[in-house]
Formats: sequence, structure tokens, C-alpha cells
Amino acid sequence: MGTSSNVAFAVKENKLLSVLLAPRLYLMLIGFILFLGFWHFAVDVWKLPRFSQMPGLISVLKEWTNPDPIYGLSIYTAEYYTHIVASCIRVFLAFALATALGVPLGLFMGWSIKVREYVFPVFEMLRPIPILAWVPLAIIMFTGLETPVIFLAFLASFFVTTLNTMLGVESIDESYFRAAQCLGANDRQVFTNVVVPGAMPFIFTGLQISIGVCWFSLVAAEMVSGQYGLGYVINNSYTNVRYPTIIIGMVTLGFVGYSTSAMVRMVGNRLMQWRMREIAMSNN
Amino acid sequence: MKTRGQISIKDVVKIYDPDGAAVMAVDHCSLEIAAGEICMIVGPSGCGKTTLLNAIAGFHSINGGSIYMDGEMLCGPGKPKATPGSDRIVVFQNGALFPWKNVLDNVTFGPVMQGKLSAAEAKEKALSMMADAGLSGTENNFPGELSSGVRRRVEIVRALMNDPAVLLLDEPYRALDSLTKSVMHEALLDIYYKNKVTIFFITHDLQEALFLGNKVAIMTSRPCKPKKVLTVDIPYPRSYSVVTDNRFRELMEETSEAVHEEAKKSFAAGEREG
Amino acid sequence: MIRSISKFLTASSTQRGIIAVIIFLAFWEVCSRSNAWFGIPIPWIGKIPAPTSVVAAWIPLLDDAGYWSSWYLSAKRVFSGFIFAMLVGIPFGLILAVNRTAYGIMFPTFEVLRPIPPLAWVPASIIFWPTAEMSIAFVTFLGAFYTIVINVLGGAQSIDQRFFQAAKSMGSSQWDIFKRIVLPGTVPSIAVGAAVGMGITWEVVVAAEMISGGGSQSGGSGGGLGFFIWNSYLGGSYQQIVVGMISIGIAGYISSAIIRTIGEYFTPWTRR
Repeated sequence: MGTSSNVAFAVKENKLLSVLLAPRLYLMLIGFILFLGFWHFAVDVWKLPRFSQMPGLISVLKEWTNPDPIYGLSIYTAEYYTHIVASCIRVFLAFALATALGVPLGLFMGWSIKVREYVFPVFEMLRPIPILAWVPLAIIMFTGLETPVIFLAFLASFFVTTLNTMLGVESIDESYFRAAQCLGANDRQVFTNVVVPGAMPFIFTGLQISIGVCWFSLVAAEMVSGQYGLGYVINNSYTNVRYPTIIIGMVTLGFVGYSTSAMVRMVGNRLMQWRMREIAMSNN
Repeated sequence: MKTRGQISIKDVVKIYDPDGAAVMAVDHCSLEIAAGEICMIVGPSGCGKTTLLNAIAGFHSINGGSIYMDGEMLCGPGKPKATPGSDRIVVFQNGALFPWKNVLDNVTFGPVMQGKLSAAEAKEKALSMMADAGLSGTENNFPGELSSGVRRRVEIVRALMNDPAVLLLDEPYRALDSLTKSVMHEALLDIYYKNKVTIFFITHDLQEALFLGNKVAIMTSRPCKPKKVLTVDIPYPRSYSVVTDNRFRELMEETSEAVHEEAKKSFAAGEREG
Repeated sequence: MIRSISKFLTASSTQRGIIAVIIFLAFWEVCSRSNAWFGIPIPWIGKIPAPTSVVAAWIPLLDDAGYWSSWYLSAKRVFSGFIFAMLVGIPFGLILAVNRTAYGIMFPTFEVLRPIPPLAWVPASIIFWPTAEMSIAFVTFLGAFYTIVINVLGGAQSIDQRFFQAAKSMGSSQWDIFKRIVLPGTVPSIAVGAAVGMGITWEVVVAAEMISGGGSQSGGSGGGLGFFIWNSYLGGSYQQIVVGMISIGIAGYISSAIIRTIGEYFTPWTRR
């Protein structure tokens, strides 16, 4: 009894060891192996008919890590990074603009009934139109190749951010407003001290969804009209029959998309220390 | 001895949704509260006591009658809704400490927002009041990290920082267990001895009412008006041993019948808690 | 009934909304016509066809069978993709929620694939599936699938532990607990996931129709509102582009409303 409980204690205290011994890690690996394994076997080993045209796992990996890739894109080529950077810059611009416009608009719509009654109907009329349906109009409106693409990503992001911010303000408990009034705060002080911090959790959840939607729209826009970027890579590789590169593009996209979401989440956690501590308390 | 905070509730009527369901919450209710008094409002769930508190605080309007404080009209004919202000501060049932501010920022919120004290002065006053209330050391914590009992005390200190005439407490200890409650009671009385604010305290707990208050008003079920008002003549300062005294028991006997009667009516009517 | 309608129309909130819409349309009209009327071209907004010309272009379309078949085709794709996503996503989500081993194996892979936008799957989908129709269906399915699974998981995980404890103390079997606690407890989240998923489905369908019908892939599937828009663009009838956009907006709104109503029907306890 003595030694085994000592071992258990030692394992818990040593984080690395507890991660390595937890079943969770191995289940996760099993999942990946099953997925990748199926892909490999279906294409290269069993040669299932449906998969005949698909690039195999090995060929994709080989191409990706090839210093002199057959189709021109690998982690060693500068062009690969040009595309990544191009997409990232567009997303950054679109997302920043959408946040800069959407958060204040959402805050005002949530706080002032008048503003909401004027703005919300028009907003809700435009929101159901799928972003891609705006493509031709965007091309007509804006000259140049970059602007329409960024506009589309901006639009998607903007709707999500504004709506979530507005809902965030509406979610703030009435008592906080009343308490602030009792304590003598004027309207402007209520806005800065109650509305903005109170809506933050919703705002950040919204921003995480928003950046996902931003990528979604950007990729779509790039596939339809664009010259650089990961969406363009995927589309172009298809038309030029460079199939392994399609997969490279997809995987890179997934990875970059995930990283940007994680960044937004981390910023949110930093700004809302109070919430982190509250959650930590309730988990104990 | 304080002379501020005298409240006169005269013939107040409150009807919710007058053009629709027309639910009368308060029915020609009149009550006098002396300055510096602890007035306990006891009544069953949903009877309208919170509505009365909200009317005094300025969150709800009234449909008839008037409420005066220190001779000035808070609300009444021509002014159905009082203006919320820091002379009557509410301590909310589920607590309303701003979760995104730490304790010190919460406590100094009132005076700093109103510009009455500079940040440094407010901090000094806050620390000393918190020390009095036994809250030293919690300044940098966020409310989410503290227990409910501690949070309530912080909220009361936050209110008192503004030197209010009246403290309006809406069942603040409802969610606490009875052990914590008894500690909270003594803490509240402690604060009261040092500050002598008028306290308007809503509760459904008769023992709490008789222990804390010097005036106890037992309200009818909805629509509410005072059914029975009595003075608790047990002198302050009171320690918890008072609860087993003969005089206390007599008061419990006098009042529990009335409270129980109204509670049964409320239960039969299927009232939801406010 | 009449009383509540007149109450709605005279409410200040409705009136403000109507005023805002009128101002919006008027502003749009003036900007679009500004070049023709005043000789002052307005950048960006000025290039959009004016609302009046859009309406003028729309009226003849109401008689056009091709226009309505676009509606039908898009709606068919949306609903089949959506239903398929629900049929696969809900059980999948529930399995992940109740079985920790399954969760451990499948969820990380799911999470790694999720950030890849559904549209990025289009080329791979076209290569894989024999017909263009099926490749669109697959991509559509993916879009809604992720959302539904995440919502089902979230819903199941947020069921108060005490319900499980209560059930166990009353002697329920595993199956009983699943049927009477997990399932009903997850329904509200499924409803939310469905409503959001429906919106995403429209986005994907329209995008897929434009990309595979327009873009650089030709010989694709016929029709659909996305294709209608792209085709109008290529053909130079800009008013029809706007007609198409508004049509999709309306279609999307109606679909979401249907889903929401169905969701509310299944969750009577959330009504106040």
C-alpha cells in the first residue's frame, strides 16, 4: 500500500510523466494512426478503385519534405511561404477591420435600444446573404485583385463579431447596471465599467468564431479569384493536376487556421484574468 | 446618532402591466421608518417586498401613493420613478460585485466615479473600512475567487464607502448556510454600530428578522401591505445568545403565527420566488 | 389578431426599423444613379445596380422556370446535405459524449481536421467522388457536420451531473440514462447546432455552386442559385446578380426559420 500510493503521488506531481502515462495520449495516437493508416492503405496498398486518383500519404509527405519538389511547393521552397504569408496578411487585415468596426457597433447596438431599433433590421436583412454570393458584386465594386478578397473575408467576420458583441451586452445581468447606478456612475462610466468588461466573454467567443469564418471566406474568395494564397494554391493545384500539392495546401491551411484561433483565445484569456481565476476556483 | 435616512412610505400602489395582466404587487402600503433604524421586512415569496425596495431605490415606478426620504419626495404624484443615487444603495440578492474588477476597485468604485475622493484617498478609506469588517488581505482578489459570505461583506463595505443614508438589502443572506448566516448577522450588526445607517432589510427568515431588526414589518402575501408591525425591544448590542432568551421566544410566538398564515396563502397561490 | 398586428405596426421599434430600411434603400438608389443624374460617380457603392433596376429585372424572372428551378436545386442540395449531416453528426456526437474511449480516439483527429475550411475540400472531393453532385453534397455535409458535432458534445457535457446521480439513485440502467437524460438534455444544443449549421450549409452550397459551376472547373453540375449569380456576372446582367443575392438571402432566412421552429417544437420546456 505504501509504495504504490507513493508512486501514484510522484506521477501526479511530475507533469511530464503524468501526460506520458495517461491513456489519453495513446488513444489520440491510435486515432491519428487509424486515420492516416486508412488513407495510406486505401490509396497505395489495397488500391481501392474510388481512391485511384487520390494522392497517397507517402507521396504527399515526400513532396512536402522534398528540397526540390516536383510540383514546386514544399517546406523548402520560398513560394510555399509566400502563399502562407499572403493569406495571413489578408486575414489579418480583414479581421482587424471587422473587429475595429464590429465591436463598437455591437456595443452600441446592445446598449442603446434606439440604435438597435434603427440598425438591426437593416443588419439582419444583409446577414443571411452568403458571403460567396457577394463575389461578383465585390469584383464589380472594387478594382484590383486584393480588395475584393479582403472585403469578402471582412464582411463575414464583421457580421459574426457585431452580432456576438451585441448578444454579449444583452447577456449582462441587470443587477450590475443597477449597482453602478446606485453607486453614482454616469452613462459614460457605466459604458466603460460595466458594458465593455461585461460583454468581453461573449466578444471573445465571437472573435474565435469570427476568425474561423474569416478563413472560410478568404479561402473561398481565393479559390474563385486570386493570385496568391492557400486557397489559390489548392484550386490551382487541382486545375494543373498537381494532386499532392492540394493536400499540402489543405493541411497547411488547417494548421495556420488553428494557430490563429489559438492566438485569439490566448489574448482573450490574458485580458480576462478574472474569468480564468473564477473557472479555476469552480473546478477545484 | 444619525438623523438622515428617515423613510415614509405612504399609501404606495404598484401594478405590473396595467394595460394587460394588471398584476397588483403592492396594495396601498404605508410604513414609517425612523432614521438609523433597522427595519426588517418579512414576507412569503413573491409577495411584492422586492418591488417596494426597487421603488425606493428607483428601479421601478409606482402607480399610486408616494415615498419620502428626510422630508423630500423620492417618488409620487408627478414623479412615478425615483432617481437612483448613492444615498440609497442596494445590496443585491445574488450579489452584484463587478466580477471583472478586484475587491479594491469594486469597493472604491462609488467615490471614485463620483469624483468625491481621489484614487489614493479612496484606497486609504477602503483599506480601513475593510479592516473594520475583517476583510483585510482580499484587496487584490477577484470576486470569483471568494466565498459568498466574504463577497456579501465586500458588497456592504462598497455601499458604505459612499456614506449612504439608507442601505437596502434584498435577502442578501438567502443563499448562505445557517452557520455562515449567523456570522454574517453579527458582522452586519458590527458594521451598523459603527455607521448607524438606516437599514431596510428584506427576508423570509423570521429569526433573522427578530435578531437583527428593531422594527419588524410582517407583510401579507401578494399584493403586499403590512399585516403586523412590531418593535423589538431587545437592546443593542446583541450577541447571538439573545436567540435563546425568553423575550426573544415571546416575540417569535407573537409573530410566527402571522408569518405562517401568509406563507400558506402564498404557497396555495403557487407564487414563484422573486 | 388584428389588434396585435396594429400594435406591432405602431410600435416605435417597428417604425424606426422601417425608417432605417427606407433610408438605406434611398441612399443606395441615389448613389447608384448619381453618375447618370448628376454626373458624379460614387466609388464602390455607385457601381452597384440601383434597387429600382433590380426590381425591374426581377419581375420578368418570376415567370421564368429556370429561375425557380435554381431555387429548387439549391434548396434540394441544402436540405439533403443538412439532413445527412444531422443523421451522421448527432449519433457521432453522442457516441463521443458518452464513451470516453471513443472520444479519446476520434476527437483529436476530428479537431485536427476541423480548421480546414469545407471549401478547401472541394478539389479533393471532386477527385474522389464520381459525380459533381456528390462532391458538392460531401462538402456541404462537412460544413454542417462539424458544427452539429461540436454543439452536441457541448450540450451533453453541460448536462448537470445531478441528473445522472438522481437517475442512478433511482436504479436506472445505462440505456435508460442515455434515453431519458442524455438525449433530452442534448436536444436544445442540437437545436442550436442545427440552426447554425443550416446557415453554414447555405454558404457552402452557394460557394460550391459558384466554384464548380463557374470558376475554372467547367462541365460541372447544372443550376442552383449560386450558379445563377455567377452566370449573371459572366453574362453581364448585373441586376440579376443582386436578384440572386436577395433570393438566396430570403431562402436562407426561411430555412433557418423552419429549423428554429422545429427546434422550438422539440424543446417545449425552454419556452417561458
